[in-house]
Amino acid sequence: MRRIERCFERLAGQNRKALIPFVTAGDPQKEVTVPLMHAMVEAGADIIELGVPFSDPMADGPVIQLACERSLAHGTSTLDVLAMVKSFRESNSDTPVVLMGYLNPVEVMGYEAFARAAAEAGVDGVLLVDLPPEEALEVKPIMDEHALDLIFLVAPTTSDARIKLIGEAGSGYLYYVSLKGVTGSASLNVEEVAGRVETIRNLAKLPIGVGFGIKDAESAQAVSRVADGVVVGSALVNQVDKHQNEPAAINQAISDILSAMRTAMDT
Amino acid sequence: MSERPDFSAFPDARGHFGPYGGCFVSETLMGALDELKAMYERLKDDPQFRADFDYDLAHYVGRPSPLYLAERWSRQLGGANIWLKREDLNHTGAHKVNNTIGQALLAKHMGKPRVIAETGAGQHGVATATVAARLGLKCQVYMGAEDVERQKLNVYRMKLLGAEVIPVTSGSRTLKDAMNEAMRDWVTSVDDTFYIIGTVAGPHPYPQLVRDFQCIIGREAREQSLKQAGQLPDALVACVGGGSNAIGLFHPFLNDESVAMYGVEAAGDGIETGRHAAPLSAGRPGVLHGNRTYLMEDDNGQIIETHSVSAGLDYPGVGPEHAWLKDVGRVQYVAANDNESLAAFRELTQVEGIMPALESSHALAYARKLAQTMSPEQNIVVNLSGRGDKDILTVAAIDGIEF
Ligand SMILES: Cc1ncc(COP(=O)(O)O)c(C=O)c1O
Repeated sequence: MRRIERCFERLAGQNRKALIPFVTAGDPQKEVTVPLMHAMVEAGADIIELGVPFSDPMADGPVIQLACERSLAHGTSTLDVLAMVKSFRESNSDTPVVLMGYLNPVEVMGYEAFARAAAEAGVDGVLLVDLPPEEALEVKPIMDEHALDLIFLVAPTTSDARIKLIGEAGSGYLYYVSLKGVTGSASLNVEEVAGRVETIRNLAKLPIGVGFGIKDAESAQAVSRVADGVVVGSALVNQVDKHQNEPAAINQAISDILSAMRTAMDT
Repeated sequence: MSERPDFSAFPDARGHFGPYGGCFVSETLMGALDELKAMYERLKDDPQFRADFDYDLAHYVGRPSPLYLAERWSRQLGGANIWLKREDLNHTGAHKVNNTIGQALLAKHMGKPRVIAETGAGQHGVATATVAARLGLKCQVYMGAEDVERQKLNVYRMKLLGAEVIPVTSGSRTLKDAMNEAMRDWVTSVDDTFYIIGTVAGPHPYPQLVRDFQCIIGREAREQSLKQAGQLPDALVACVGGGSNAIGLFHPFLNDESVAMYGVEAAGDGIETGRHAAPLSAGRPGVLHGNRTYLMEDDNGQIIETHSVSAGLDYPGVGPEHAWLKDVGRVQYVAANDNESLAAFRELTQVEGIMPALESSHALAYARKLAQTMSPEQNIVVNLSGRGDKDILTVAAIDGIEF
C-alpha cells in the first residue's frame, strides 16, 4: 500500500484527521528545510507538502510569491528539493511527502526522469497547480509506474461532472481549495466548505484535504470536523518570512502553530 | 512533415496546436474557461454577433485599414515593393482594438460588469479601457512597474478613459508579471469579471478567439493585395511579441503555399548576448500562462528576464500557434535587435512620414533587409501594427532629450 493511502487509513482507524503543513523548499535557506520537516512531524504533521519554487507562481498570493523569490535567490532547483526529501527519508520512512508546485520545472526535466528521481528520493505524491486532469494524460501513467500519487485540486467553481472526472484521475487525496482566490487570501466560510465537501464525498472516493484560508487552531479544528485533512500554508510561510534573518527561530514558531492545531483537531 | 496540414482546422477541440497550446490553469478557472469556450462556440458563427463585430470595426475602429505602398522607401531600398498594412490608423492607434472589441462583445453577452487586462506597451490596456468606457464596464489594467515608467503617456490615457492602472512590482516588473497578476485577480473575481487577454497566448480558448478577431487584418490584406497589386504578396512580415498582429496577418494566407511568412522577434541587445525577448529563436518548449509554447527559461525551468527597447515585445513566451507553425516550418521566425529597429523607426518616419510603433519597427527592420534580396516585381506586406506616438519619450531619452 502506498504511504499516503496508509496514512489516511491509519488516521481513520484512530478517528483523527490529517494535519498537512505546506512550506516552500529552500526558504529562506536550503539548510533550513530538512530540520523543519522533522520539526513539523514532531509537532503533529501527518503529511508534508513541500513547495517547489517557481519564478511565476500564478496561483499564489504575496506570501508564497515571496517565499519562491527567497528560495530562488540562492538557486534552489528541483534536484535540490529531491535531495532534501532523500535526506528527510534517512530518518523518517513513515510521513508522506507531497511535492507541490507548477508544471514547468517538471517538464524541463522530462516526465520520466522527474518521476524516477522523485520516487527514488522518497516522494509520495505530486500536485501541480497548473495541470488539470485533461492535460495530465501523458504524465499520469508515468507517475503510476513509479507509484507516485498525482493529486488534483477541486475548487468552489468545479462542476459535479468535473469532480467525478478529477476523482477518477487522481489518487492519494483530493485537495479542495476552500475559496475563490490565491493562497493566503481571506478566511474561509466553514459552512460553505462543509456543504461542498459533502458534495465531493458523494461524487469521489478519495480522502479530501481542505486548504486555503486556514490560519489558526480554530479554523483547523472547524475544517477537521468535515474534511479528512487540513492543509495549512501561508500561515506557516508567514513565520518563515518573519524570521528570515534568524532561521533558528523558524522551527519553533511553526511548531507552535502546528501543535495548537493538532490539539484543537484532536479534541 | 510530408503532408501539409490544413491550417484552418486548428486548434483541436481541447485547444492544441500539435503539442502546443492547451489549458494549463488552476482548477478554479477551468469552469470559467469552459463557459467562455461554450459561449464563443455558440457566438462565433452567429450572424448577429458577426454583424455587431463588423459594425464596430467599420464605424468605431475605422476599418478597413489601408494597404499603403511605401513607394519612396521601396525605391530607396531597391528591391521588392513594401506595402504597409496600416493598423496604426485604427482608433487607439494599434491592432489591439480589433481584439478588445470582440472580447468586449463576449463580456457583454456573458453579463460581466467588470473587465481586467494585462498590458506591456499599454496599447492593449488603452484598447481595453476604450471599449470598457464605451460599454460602461468597470476596468482595471495590470501593468509592470517598469512599463508604467517607460509608457507614461499610455498610463495617463488609460486613466483619462476611466480605467484604474495597477502597477505590478513582483518578478521582472514587466508584461509577464502583469499577466500573473491579472490571472490572480481573475481567480478571485471570476464570477463577475471577464479577463480580456491582449494577445494569442493564455489558456484555450484565448489563442483561438484572439486570432479569430485579429484575422480581419489578413483577410483585408489578402483582398487588398489582389486588388491593388493584382496578385498575392510574395512575403508577409510582422513583429511577434505574444504574436497577435502576426497571426492576424498570417492566418488567412497559411494555405496559400506561395506566400512566405516571417515573424520577427525582439533580439534586444542581440541574441548572442542573452539579453533579448526571442523565445522562438533562442528558447525551448515549456508551460507558462496556461499554454505550452516556446519560452525563455533556465535549465531549472524558471522563466528568465527578457530585454527589448519595445515594451510590447518584452515577453518570455509566445502564442502556441506560432510555436507549432515554427515546428512544421510554415513560418520563418527571425529577430531584429534594438538598434536595427530604432534605425527603421527613424527611416520610415523620415522617408514616408509615418511614425511606427517600436514593436512594428522590428518588422520594418527585417522587411528592409528582406526587400533588398528580392526584385522590384515582388511584393512584401508588412504589418504596421501600431503608431509610434507612445514611444516618443523612449526615443527622445535615447537621443538624450528630456521633457
Ligand atoms: C503596436 C504593437 N505591435 C505589436 C505588439 C506585440 O503584440 P502582438 O505580438 O500580440 O501583436 C504590441 C503590444 O503591445 C503593440 O502595441
